[in-house]
Amino acid sequence: MNIFSAKSALLAAALAGSVSLSAVPAMAQDDTIKVGILHSLSGTMAISETTLKDTMLFLIEQQNAKGGVMGKMLEPVVVDIASDWPLAAELARQLIEVDEVDAVFGCWTSVCRKSVLPVFEELNSLLFYPVQYEGEESQRNVFYTGASPNQQAIPAVDYLMSEDGGSVERWVLAGTDYVYPQTTNKILEQYLLDKGVAAEDIMINYTPFGHSDWQTIVSDIKAFGSAGKKTAVVSTINGDANVPFYRELGNQGVMAEDIPVVAFSVGEEELSGFDTTPLVGHLAAWNYFMSVDTPENAAFIADWQAFIGSEDRVTNDPMEAHMIGFNLWVKAVEAAGTTDADAVIDAIVGLETPNLTGGIAKMLPNHHITKPVLIGEIQDDGQFFVVWETEDLVPGDAWSDFLPESKMLEADWTAPISCGNYNTETSTCGSAM
Amino acid sequence: MLTNLLRVVLLILSLLLPSNALRAQDTPIDIPAGIAAMGEASLKELGQLVTDLAATGDSAVVPALTALGAGTLYFEETSGAVLIERGSSYLNPITGEAVELGADADLSKIRVNNGLRRDIAAALAGMTLMSDNPATRLTAANGFLAKPDPANIPLLDEAIAAETDANVLKAMQTARAVTILGDDEASIEERQAAVPLVTAGAGRGAITILNGARNSAPAELQPAIEAALAGLEQERAVWGALQNVWFGISLGSVLLLAAIGLAITFGVMGVINMAHGEMVMLGAYTTFMVQLIIRQNFPGLIDYSLLIALPAAFLVTGAIGVGIERGIIRWLYGRPLETLLATWGLSLILQQTVRSIFGPTNQMVIAPTWMSGSTEFYGLSITYGRFWIVIFALIVFFMLLMILNRTPLGLQMRAVTQNRRMASAMGIRTPFVDAMTFGLGSGIAGLAGVALTQIDNISPNLGQNYIIDSFMVVVFGGVGNLWGTLVGALTLGVANKFLEPYAGAVLGKILILVLIILFIQRRPRGLFALKGRAVEQ
Repeated sequence: MNIFSAKSALLAAALAGSVSLSAVPAMAQDDTIKVGILHSLSGTMAISETTLKDTMLFLIEQQNAKGGVMGKMLEPVVVDIASDWPLAAELARQLIEVDEVDAVFGCWTSVCRKSVLPVFEELNSLLFYPVQYEGEESQRNVFYTGASPNQQAIPAVDYLMSEDGGSVERWVLAGTDYVYPQTTNKILEQYLLDKGVAAEDIMINYTPFGHSDWQTIVSDIKAFGSAGKKTAVVSTINGDANVPFYRELGNQGVMAEDIPVVAFSVGEEELSGFDTTPLVGHLAAWNYFMSVDTPENAAFIADWQAFIGSEDRVTNDPMEAHMIGFNLWVKAVEAAGTTDADAVIDAIVGLETPNLTGGIAKMLPNHHITKPVLIGEIQDDGQFFVVWETEDLVPGDAWSDFLPESKMLEADWTAPISCGNYNTETSTCGSAM
Repeated sequence: MLTNLLRVVLLILSLLLPSNALRAQDTPIDIPAGIAAMGEASLKELGQLVTDLAATGDSAVVPALTALGAGTLYFEETSGAVLIERGSSYLNPITGEAVELGADADLSKIRVNNGLRRDIAAALAGMTLMSDNPATRLTAANGFLAKPDPANIPLLDEAIAAETDANVLKAMQTARAVTILGDDEASIEERQAAVPLVTAGAGRGAITILNGARNSAPAELQPAIEAALAGLEQERAVWGALQNVWFGISLGSVLLLAAIGLAITFGVMGVINMAHGEMVMLGAYTTFMVQLIIRQNFPGLIDYSLLIALPAAFLVTGAIGVGIERGIIRWLYGRPLETLLATWGLSLILQQTVRSIFGPTNQMVIAPTWMSGSTEFYGLSITYGRFWIVIFALIVFFMLLMILNRTPLGLQMRAVTQNRRMASAMGIRTPFVDAMTFGLGSGIAGLAGVALTQIDNISPNLGQNYIIDSFMVVVFGGVGNLWGTLVGALTLGVANKFLEPYAGAVLGKILILVLIILFIQRRPRGLFALKGRAVEQ
């Protein structure tokens, strides 16, 4: 009883703390456009999301230096969702209703996105979500600038199956126990079965958030890999758990030449926390790597490091996604001549902006974007060396074509369909389930 | 001097390798041109170059290929030269002479992928099998093992005949057996004879090799492979159970380290210290700082940085602990709920402070060489890092036991916690003892932080992951009893590891929690309950 009241008091205190934080840029003026930044600056996810908050501040500062948008300066409104998802919904509501922001850039985890979705729908505002996710969703008010499974997971598996990738025949799907790995692995499992992989050649393993004792699982992976067929690990392990996982791999001598691990959630930022010498050759699949050699990328890295004041800071895929999302939003606002949500939603579809890998990111009618897919091998300096990439840009697919329950669904937010889950078999809006 | 020596060695090597030279192609690639072409080759072209260069059989390509595989081969864009990095100097890949770099030198590493690394190892194996250095010969033999090719059998036979080192000989024979096993042109008798050699020689890799051979072997060969596999699988099952016990002990020792400081502050003093995990985290950051200073100023000591960090972490976190006790906790004795809230708030403050100072990203503590890698102990695979943590946890435990039972301070601590007023009446400065006890508990949490840098993230959240487990261990083991903490930690570790293969990591954790709740229902005071009057307070 006492404990419970103590808990709610704590929550209230945390809430009060973040409310006061949001009031920091208090120089509200009438001739500014407000942009909400909804990331965790404390708690478990702070490790990944703090950088994204800085990225947004960086992008806004750059845009203001260029004269803002439609002659108005942009004004960032930062809130800390403290890795607490009900709080995220509260703060999203506050950003839209109290601070009256015109667009929100934020969230990292899928549970955060799912928590704030109803708020954006109800209040008809805009959310730009910058992280790779499990798909099976398309919402009118949300723009998915990260990868959907067909832009990351499926190409990575294709690569490993190819001769270049080692002709892998046996698969370990290891993930953290929550919605993104679960859905991704469901899609991957179905995809592998369709490709003729036997069910006994697939091992699926889930671990809790922040799992730090990987001894048993790594030794299981070694045993599973000793069946005489080339084995690979597809890792959707998220966040903090990766460092102990890779450490254990290195210590138990799982070499990339024998059992390569391809990760979907490990980027330059995560690798900056440890010595990558034992990991050389393990893989990651993303749509951007800091090591990509293009003039756009070199300029972005130089500007970012100048902004943050450190030559050691790395760039990563979700940062690029935020950059693309932000530029698309700016273009859409300028095209629509207003920041009104409905006008921007109509204007943004079909707009294009250059990405950092030398291609063009285009906003599709399903609110996903086109991206290249890159496979990189970890190097001893914590960077990735691109060993394979798709020839063309891959359009993001909201509903997986490999799951029976979603393969007939399409998302299209343009007239006349204007529906997030349009059933192409029955020609109606809404899933058949 | 050194380069001359290298050249002589290379010359000898090339004389020693007639069999390789004989296998050279009709139109061998020009070696200097081939190596120079590596600079701007794509991955595919690089693969072709490696094959061509290896086909020359000329030992002059060995240094360049070795460097390419190890990632120390560089391309200098201004002059178009390919160079080998050694320390801070760059060598010509053929002559081995140091090359002076111009001021406008633009070096970039020539990168390879997994497949290419494997090819390079196999190509090098053929050329270094006759090396004078046993370690090089061993690597070469293992290279053959990783990529068996029947064409190598004559070379292996020759090497086996000349080999004097028992270890290398065994590796070569195993490599030969593996090659024969997979050679469709060898006779069935020969291949059957190879099975026991593989079983005996290839260690933990034998199951992989035999499984691979079974997939493609003719029917006559199947029974021999099946029999060998059945034996190996059975052996693995037995060792698997023991391996699980070791994993459990290792997990238990981590729990013990994290919980043992709490056994003092919570178990002995009765303070619900929610900031305990942050003391662990601060210990880890102290280690990081110590290593940073050592790396910048005394690079030679880097292997001992963890040992140097131990007293530093103890003193830093101990001092902070004394500060917390004097500043906050002493005003809240006897009010557990307020203590809980205050220390919980404190833990948030400490986390955010560290986050503001060091940033939210992980920091890096390099593992010293004596803590990296693993060893095979019969059928067990033991990683050095985990091994030293088990030893360290036990040392900390017994030292703490000594302090509590054999020193005047320990006596005073026990006296104060058992009967504060009586102790005070006997002339013990109870506030001083309180501060020291809390400082000791916090300092030990700092020591745990040093050890955890080797297995977990060094991030502001580090402590949060351990606080619940720590309370679980202390409550399960019996509040106020150090031996209970030891037994509790090891029991939970081993139980966790035995549940994990069957129930999975997530369900395993839930089951452990349920079991503890049931256990506490039966025995509210834990495994080793304190008896006597002290309990009644």
